[in-house]
Amino acid sequence: MTHAAQFSLEDDGRGAPVVRLSGQLAIAHLGNLPNELEALPGPVAAIDLGAVEHIDTIGAWIVHRQSRAWSCPVEGADADATRLIEAVQAGSEEGSSAVRPLAVPPLQRVLAQIGEAVVMAGQTLHGLIGFFGLTLITTWTLIRHPSRLRWNAVIARFEVVGVSALGIIGLMSFLIGIVIAQQGAVQLRQFGMEVLTVNLVGRLTLRELGVLMTAIMVAGRSGSAFAAQLGTMKLTEEIDAMRTIGVSPMEALVMPRIIAVVIMMPLLGFYASLIAIIGGGFLSAVSLDITPVSFIQRLRDVVPVHDLWIGLVKAPVFGLIIGMTGCFQGLQVKSNAEEVGLRTTAAVVQAIFLVIVVDAFFAVFFTWVGWT
Amino acid sequence: MNGSPAEDARVQAAIEHDAIAIRVRGLRNSFGDHIVHEGLNLDVRRGEILGVVGGSGTGKSVLMHSIIGLQNPDAGEITVFGESMIDREDEALALRKRWGVLFQGGALFSTLTVAENIEVPLREFYPELSTELRDEIAAYKIRMTGLPADAGPKFPSELSGGMRKRAGLARALAIDPDLLFLDEPTAGLDPIGAAAFDAQTKQLQQTLGLTVFLITHDLDTLYAICDRVAVMADRAVIAVGTIDELLATEHPWIQEYFNGPRGRAAAPTGDADAKKSGNIPAETSKS
Repeated sequence: MTHAAQFSLEDDGRGAPVVRLSGQLAIAHLGNLPNELEALPGPVAAIDLGAVEHIDTIGAWIVHRQSRAWSCPVEGADADATRLIEAVQAGSEEGSSAVRPLAVPPLQRVLAQIGEAVVMAGQTLHGLIGFFGLTLITTWTLIRHPSRLRWNAVIARFEVVGVSALGIIGLMSFLIGIVIAQQGAVQLRQFGMEVLTVNLVGRLTLRELGVLMTAIMVAGRSGSAFAAQLGTMKLTEEIDAMRTIGVSPMEALVMPRIIAVVIMMPLLGFYASLIAIIGGGFLSAVSLDITPVSFIQRLRDVVPVHDLWIGLVKAPVFGLIIGMTGCFQGLQVKSNAEEVGLRTTAAVVQAIFLVIVVDAFFAVFFTWVGWT
Repeated sequence: MNGSPAEDARVQAAIEHDAIAIRVRGLRNSFGDHIVHEGLNLDVRRGEILGVVGGSGTGKSVLMHSIIGLQNPDAGEITVFGESMIDREDEALALRKRWGVLFQGGALFSTLTVAENIEVPLREFYPELSTELRDEIAAYKIRMTGLPADAGPKFPSELSGGMRKRAGLARALAIDPDLLFLDEPTAGLDPIGAAAFDAQTKQLQQTLGLTVFLITHDLDTLYAICDRVAVMADRAVIAVGTIDELLATEHPWIQEYFNGPRGRAAAPTGDADAKKSGNIPAETSKS
């Protein structure tokens, strides 16, 4: 019953051969037939379907396109075949439908992409500034009507953003402390100044790395989560539903997240700095013969307390950036699931980028005010 | 399993004669403590449109998922074209080339255009087809399912709900299947769009000689295009037959379903009948 589709050429005296198709003219049994037929040079007098056992629309289409290519009639088609050929060719006379988007010349495409990227960057910046304004307005509203803030949501976010992150941030900071101490010691040993490792670990982690690494980790953990959550809620029309019920998504969804990350960032940053110093102290004790007691004593001598303040002042600003980009990108999601992924990526990349830019400004600023 | 030996023998003979496309016996599905199906039996005949109805949560979609192998049942036997579907998770299952599935909402791949969506099964199952031929096939499938000619290069997010369903149908029909599964094809369509979709389904079924397994809540669809209707309730298929046969049964759910206000409104009587048959191509001869 399953005979592969085949063709043979027969000459019945009409000057050109007749293509006689046989077997199952259905997609599963076509094999290489379409390519062979296409390679067959014309002219052909007719296509004969008399020996075809079974035909489907794809078989019918191949018959149709070959009869069009050779401009020859189709003969011997039974009722099924006639009906299918009519069905597939219906409308094909009105010019075949487009299947692919029009190809654009490469130069034009590259220029268009660059232009699009610039416009997008401008729009994102514009949108972020607008969103910052909206956040300030909402904050002011909440200050005037504190009862409207959803404390339960804020507390729940505290746990997700802060408490759940303790493990991974602790581990990361401990290892960073060890790496700074170890690498610093290798360099400082050349001057016989291994003891300065304590300065290095203490000042670097409190001033910069503790908070910066925490911000990167929080952007990856929570900024992405904010974008994905809000984006999915946007897709499922939950946010629209909220609006119609009179609940402001800014108050119910965005503010709890931003408040949580703004409050959690200094706490996590302080914790990270502390653990990094412990890591540095651990390495100093193990491989540099600086006892924990002398480590702490030296730390108190060489690390000014304003280093701690510098770190802690930056942390809530970083938190604000992370929370804002995450929520802003989440709310930009439109139309499809792929966009949730794109926006989540954008949220993390922009958050980390902005955090580092702002950190550079802070560094210049604090040097300028004399906190060196 | 539940049928008498004589009946089983008859069904076996029917399968050999290719008269039964899908056979389900003693199906049991459960999610944790929740039993969805228990001792479910169903036969789908070749070349018919079988409508599957039932209240929400009676497991219509789960039944479809079991038949197409997306859900492995706890117990029971499912054969499609005489081949068992149980414990056949291998992706290369030849049966997949013989059916097309339209999921609720279309389930189009959102990163591909409509034409690329239609070409996915062609590319996957028949890589020997030339790109040119694949494009042509996609183009005529787009026309056959009643999509506008410029739908090919569009992305699913640019389409309306009805067009997305049609594009899903075009993808389901891409490799000329013998068996078509439709999960609530007219849900969410406006009545005109739904009637057009019904007419399209019927016409394609007749042109291509398809067997259609159609889950629906739409009484108009049942009256307009279904040859037989299976009613699901109490974890099983409680009745199968034409609507007239079902009306003769006394099950309260069936009575309420067909004789409720919506059921009566959809029933073709006199004038309505004439109007309805206008939607459907006149040829009813089955080959």
